[in-house]
Amino acid sequence: MEKLQEIASEIRGRIISTSHRTKTPHLGSCLSCVDILVAVYFHSLQIDPKKPRDPERDRFILSKGHGAAALFQVLAMKGFYPESMLDSYGEDGGIFAEHPPTPDHLAGIEAATGSLGHGLPIGLGMALSARIQKQSYKVVALLSDGECNEGSVWEAAMMAAAQKVDNLMVVIDFNKWQATGRSEEILALTPLVDKWRAFGWDACEINGHDMGALVEVLTKEKNSEGKPVAVIAHTVKGKGVSFMEDDNNWHYRIPSKEELVSAHKELGLVK
Amino acid sequence: MRNAFADEATKLSAEDSRIVLLSGDIGNRLFDKFKGQNGRRFFNCGVAEANMMGVAAGMALSGLRPIIYTITPFTTTRCYEQIRVDACYQNVPVTIVGTGSGLSYADLGPTHHSCEDLAIMRVLPNMTVLAPADEVELRQCLRAALQQEGPVYIRIGKKGEAVTPKKDDHFEIGRSITVKEGSDVCLVSTGILLPIVVKASEILSSQGVNARVESFHTVKPLDEKTIMNVFTDYPVVAVVEEHNKIGGLAGSIAEWLARQAPMKGRLISFGTDDEFMHEVGSQSYARKKYGLTEENIAHQVLAAYKHT
Repeated sequence: MEKLQEIASEIRGRIISTSHRTKTPHLGSCLSCVDILVAVYFHSLQIDPKKPRDPERDRFILSKGHGAAALFQVLAMKGFYPESMLDSYGEDGGIFAEHPPTPDHLAGIEAATGSLGHGLPIGLGMALSARIQKQSYKVVALLSDGECNEGSVWEAAMMAAAQKVDNLMVVIDFNKWQATGRSEEILALTPLVDKWRAFGWDACEINGHDMGALVEVLTKEKNSEGKPVAVIAHTVKGKGVSFMEDDNNWHYRIPSKEELVSAHKELGLVK
Repeated sequence: MRNAFADEATKLSAEDSRIVLLSGDIGNRLFDKFKGQNGRRFFNCGVAEANMMGVAAGMALSGLRPIIYTITPFTTTRCYEQIRVDACYQNVPVTIVGTGSGLSYADLGPTHHSCEDLAIMRVLPNMTVLAPADEVELRQCLRAALQQEGPVYIRIGKKGEAVTPKKDDHFEIGRSITVKEGSDVCLVSTGILLPIVVKASEILSSQGVNARVESFHTVKPLDEKTIMNVFTDYPVVAVVEEHNKIGGLAGSIAEWLARQAPMKGRLISFGTDDEFMHEVGSQSYARKKYGLTEENIAHQVLAAYKHT
């Protein structure tokens, strides 16, 4: 667990550096899902960077595509591509945009997200494909709470329940904010766990920064009723840096040189 | 046409285990045979087309060949963003079938009409756009679509469309089929209006004007070779489609013409007007309203030909 936490701190530091250097926004959204990404890629899912198209691999879809800056760092550290490739982040003619490119354009990407509400239907299609092709992989889609505004999320939720898709998991990065305000105030979202249960899913709530809880839920055996699984991961937007935590200005704000240094200090990255 | 679609999809799925059929709660009993043969590869996705399109893209990303089937507006405009992002941007082999296209459902009102689908589909990068004239072309289109590596849209009619005998039946995406030769004018038809276009050519023939007829089952990629030939050889080229005059095959050809040096042929187009049809009526009533009849086509083409 300690190792995973160290990786998470390192990833946070790199995301903040990149945001500072390239003026890339969505820092708060990226920091809130780092622990989830680290648990997925460095512990729980069967994903081999040497075989990014292995038909039997588990699939992870970053449906909240605006967290791409976090995913790019995680994929590089995992070994899908050299970390030096990220030096070109945000450059003209490069591949790293603010959202994930298509699977054909970057190893490790499972779906080109960025428009919200697309990742879960695509993930459902992948999960059903495993059934059709008699494969045993599982699919995890990470959604933001704001993304649950999209009707297509709930269309997919109903079909997954009807089809008893037991190899599909949704993780909601529930940081209580969306771009311009509290997610609860914009479209009444709670009680979120009850909503997923009412839609026929096996739903639970965890602390989305508790690596032990994340690992446990991500590696849980399939439930006996054939239900898809929804994990409501309570998170803090901007997690890991005190002056960014739960402050929605960091949805779009770019850190200054001084802020970068103090963030790295807080993350224990400056000796 | 829809029965031929169900039959051909069933046949093809027996040959190719990657084929999956997704329907948007439509086609009661239509797919019984498909389901009987491949229950695991049929999904009624309910009245939830955005999800259906995403599911299809997820399947295509996993090595399958999904076909999506529902009434045209719901498989096009309703889930356009999913088509654009999930299917086209990712360039995956999803075959989108819209049934009851154009004015096939005239009597159901404008919610069920589709006179803008060719326009919005052909503008999408990576998308192939097909509009078969009859059951024979539909079967050929479907077979060819499932061999493509990217997304394909197929606009089909409803039922009872007549099969048109053709001079040439070689099928290839992006290559029009010559229905009959003619030396004076050229009639270009896309989709299910072909029998009317052939009848228009017969009227013209009785007036001493010999019309060539082409069936453009492919709207995109545009068969530029044939277009180049007919605008070089004929003084009048008439494009006929059950679609808005804006943005369909005629629009595509007009864009192409604008990029060429001046050519001999004059383009005239037949299609629906830029409006929603508020009156109730049958498909034949609606066609008459918009001049999509053999008499009107022959009359207008004759007038244009005499003017040259």
